[in-house]
Amino acid sequence: MIHYFPGNLGHILVILAFISSLVATYAFARNINDENNSWARFAKGAFYIHAIAIFGIVITLFLMISGHMFEYHYVYNYTSKILPIYYQISSFWNGQEGSFLLWMFWNAILGLILIHTNKSWRDSMMAVFTFTQVFLVSMIMGVVIPGLDIKIGSSPFLLLRDVLNDPIFTMQPDFIPEDGRGLNPLLQNYWMVIHPPTLFLGFATTVIPFAFAVAGMLTGRVKEWIRPALPWAQFSAAVLGVGILMGAYWAYETLNFGGYWNWDPVENAVYVPWLVLVAALHTMIAFRKSNVALKSSIILILATYILIVYSTFLTRSGVLGNASVHSFTDLGLSGQLLIYLFVFIILSVIVAARVWKTIPSTEEETSAYSREFWIFMGATVLCLMAFQVIIPTSIPVWNEIVEAFGGSSNLAPPADQVEFYTQFQLYFAILLAVLSGTGQFFWWTKMDKSKLKQELAAPIILSLVASAVIFMVAKVQNIWYLLLLTASVYSIIANLKIFVSVAKSNIKLSGGAVAHIGVAMMLIGVLFSSGYSKILSMNNTGLLWSKEFPDEVNQNNLLLFVNEPRQMADYKMIYRGLRKLTTEYGYVDLNDISDAVDARKLIIGRKTVSSTGHELNVGDTINIINAENSYFEVIFEDENGKDFTLYPRLQMNEQMGNVYSPDINRTFAADLYTHVRTFPDPDQEIEWSEIEEITVSPGSQFFINDYVAEFINIEPLRNVPGIKLGPEDIAVKALIEIQGEYQTYTVEPIYVIKDKMAGRIPDVVNDLASRITIQSINPDENSFVFGLSTTQKDWIIIEAVAKPWINVLWLGTLLLVIGFGIAISRRYTEFQKMRDKGME
Amino acid sequence: MKKSHIFGILIIAVAIIVIMSTAGDASAYVTFEDAQEMASKGNDNKIHVVGKLPKDGSGNVVGIEPSPDMMSFKFQMVDENNETQIVYHPNPMPTDFLRSEQVVVVGGYQNGKFVADKILLKCPSKYQEEGVNT
Repeated sequence: MIHYFPGNLGHILVILAFISSLVATYAFARNINDENNSWARFAKGAFYIHAIAIFGIVITLFLMISGHMFEYHYVYNYTSKILPIYYQISSFWNGQEGSFLLWMFWNAILGLILIHTNKSWRDSMMAVFTFTQVFLVSMIMGVVIPGLDIKIGSSPFLLLRDVLNDPIFTMQPDFIPEDGRGLNPLLQNYWMVIHPPTLFLGFATTVIPFAFAVAGMLTGRVKEWIRPALPWAQFSAAVLGVGILMGAYWAYETLNFGGYWNWDPVENAVYVPWLVLVAALHTMIAFRKSNVALKSSIILILATYILIVYSTFLTRSGVLGNASVHSFTDLGLSGQLLIYLFVFIILSVIVAARVWKTIPSTEEETSAYSREFWIFMGATVLCLMAFQVIIPTSIPVWNEIVEAFGGSSNLAPPADQVEFYTQFQLYFAILLAVLSGTGQFFWWTKMDKSKLKQELAAPIILSLVASAVIFMVAKVQNIWYLLLLTASVYSIIANLKIFVSVAKSNIKLSGGAVAHIGVAMMLIGVLFSSGYSKILSMNNTGLLWSKEFPDEVNQNNLLLFVNEPRQMADYKMIYRGLRKLTTEYGYVDLNDISDAVDARKLIIGRKTVSSTGHELNVGDTINIINAENSYFEVIFEDENGKDFTLYPRLQMNEQMGNVYSPDINRTFAADLYTHVRTFPDPDQEIEWSEIEEITVSPGSQFFINDYVAEFINIEPLRNVPGIKLGPEDIAVKALIEIQGEYQTYTVEPIYVIKDKMAGRIPDVVNDLASRITIQSINPDENSFVFGLSTTQKDWIIIEAVAKPWINVLWLGTLLLVIGFGIAISRRYTEFQKMRDKGME
Repeated sequence: MKKSHIFGILIIAVAIIVIMSTAGDASAYVTFEDAQEMASKGNDNKIHVVGKLPKDGSGNVVGIEPSPDMMSFKFQMVDENNETQIVYHPNPMPTDFLRSEQVVVVGGYQNGKFVADKILLKCPSKYQEEGVNT
């Protein structure tokens, strides 16, 4: 039976949310200059209703997902019955509608917080804030304007039959699919449960400083907005930064392009606003200290939000088309997204233009010894970094624009995007490291020539020495890498010195120093893990892989046959076969599993030992975590005989094909990253060699595919599965043991005489690529004739990469976040004090 | 001249360098014919070619040949001008290759053979449904 109620409720709530956001915007705006505050209660009420409607939408959609209501398109398309609860949560934002909803959900919560933490700013900033929500809600409206045939938004509450033109719905309008299509395997990762909420909290918070800036200009408080906006800008930068890095870490663990950052347009689209936001908060801090850089603060804060909307447009309008591997599909929202973008560009320009002349700016020349000069340089470098990324990322947009004016443009993104972006970002990063180290000294002390020498001498000498040591040990020879390394080490030492002196007086002021140490460490981590990532699976056999290739091609992959060790760089690698991951016993050999109770409960068919050392007997059941996942067991042994095992993953998904994910061996100094490129297609029929016959008597030894085998004995059988034996019929089983490299395999081919006809049931050992049949029995000579045939051994092609010092990157991230935390708490306290004095 | 002017000029200079390098390093969407012409003129810039995999009557992709060791493969691709070209790829066949609706190869001609360094796939089936599984 189709559940109509949740869908209808959802639709109504969406419309309610839309109208209430309009009403709240109007009411807050009306109340701005109202002495009597007559609209205040009404505005707040409207926002409460709006927030409740948004929460209602979220709850409704989630209940539809967890209730497996596959009559709904969203539920059918992104979820399935077997998903555990945490993946039901992440399937919530699998689709565009859900991710918009996540964004709005954060806005609703943030709005409630802002209403309660602001006094004099409340109406003006909330008017701007709620106005953005109008556009976001419109994205999931799914309303068609009658007469015009214009569809506004794409609703997550549509019934499957209204979306899909499947003939089944004409025959059976009430048809409900048994199960959904399931969650994209790549999103079945714990990071996908927390990365999108974090990233969208970052997205949502960028509107707060924007709203303060616009509100400030609207109400003539062109300077004062900085104080309340600063802690939020810092919070936003921290959360957005963490969100980006979580995405990077997810890509590192799940995708198989071999790294954490690929300069894909989708990644660039959030990196750019983040850089601009970081630049903005630097100029804001400069303003708070010395009343300069107000105009640049305004421009940068406005630009941040506009860039956020632009990145939303880039990733969701379908304009990236062939440029990105993982942008969302086009839901027909591009027109709406463009309107959203242009409304906010025009709004920003008009509001700023009206008051531009009244904004104070410093006429006098800033000296190179002033702190503002250094802050300004830093902000400029950050903006140039953003500029260098956004220009090429927007190439598809340039093409569209040219074509819209009747021209033709076939520009494509740079062929090697990683190399293209890194070279420039590397130069800028060197500048950034130098500035972040030096700028701090200017910030905390009044500088002149002699003082400068005195302050800088020690850090410079120390960092030169430290870099020289690293240079010798790590053999950094690329001149740019060496510069970046030296600059980063300098930044760490300089900021440490600042930290020590600042923290002595007041630890609350040390946020900047800690954050800058974090950034410098991140740069070093990136430098080593990316610049010096080393492919270990290099083809060093001296064999030409393929004569087809015109030039020598770089071969980064190794072919491993099951149980055949192969030497690779520092390790000996052995592929041991496919495994299933169980809930209690770790990994279990797929060959030892015979049957399934259901998708997630399997039965052991051969006595086996699991990876945790548990002995499992025939008939035991095991619970597996994800039915689609299999794992390749690969053992790595170093020269000292120490070994570890990696389990790169294979996810076989009916709809989405095979998806490979890496496994990573983590040590403090380096990660060993391994992923499988390809393996034999399990659907392909096995080609067996011609049968070779061999006559053996019980107790004697012989060879099967070059392995020593022993014919133990024969056993008469009373029952043969699948065959009904009559009183005249005979069945025997031969028991053969084969010595494999790592274990003894027991083979039991069966010979049946039923109704005077001979039947043969062969037995197969996958690991040994062998099949054994009882061809005939010679009772007179007490011997058996076995038929042996072989096939190609199971194999995988893997790539293994060492990523040195990647942990320095993650550690630096942690420090950056801590630094932000300290700074936010300081700036928020400042705002609170002023507010409680009645100043704000 | 004021210091801020020098600073401004510097920024503009960097911005121009960035735009120039973008224009210089940007690749282009072309056909195999154009790519061949570029290569014959000694232009070894990597280009993008958009196309499809040829299919037989029953909808199976034809013309794919993996190397014996599975480490690389070659395939046929039909570009937007309906020109068929054998493309060599020095890596194992990517996941979902056979399902892809559209293929974008990034590479160029080397000694008369088209070598794709990178293959981008568009698989509509991946994120969009085609019908209900009954």
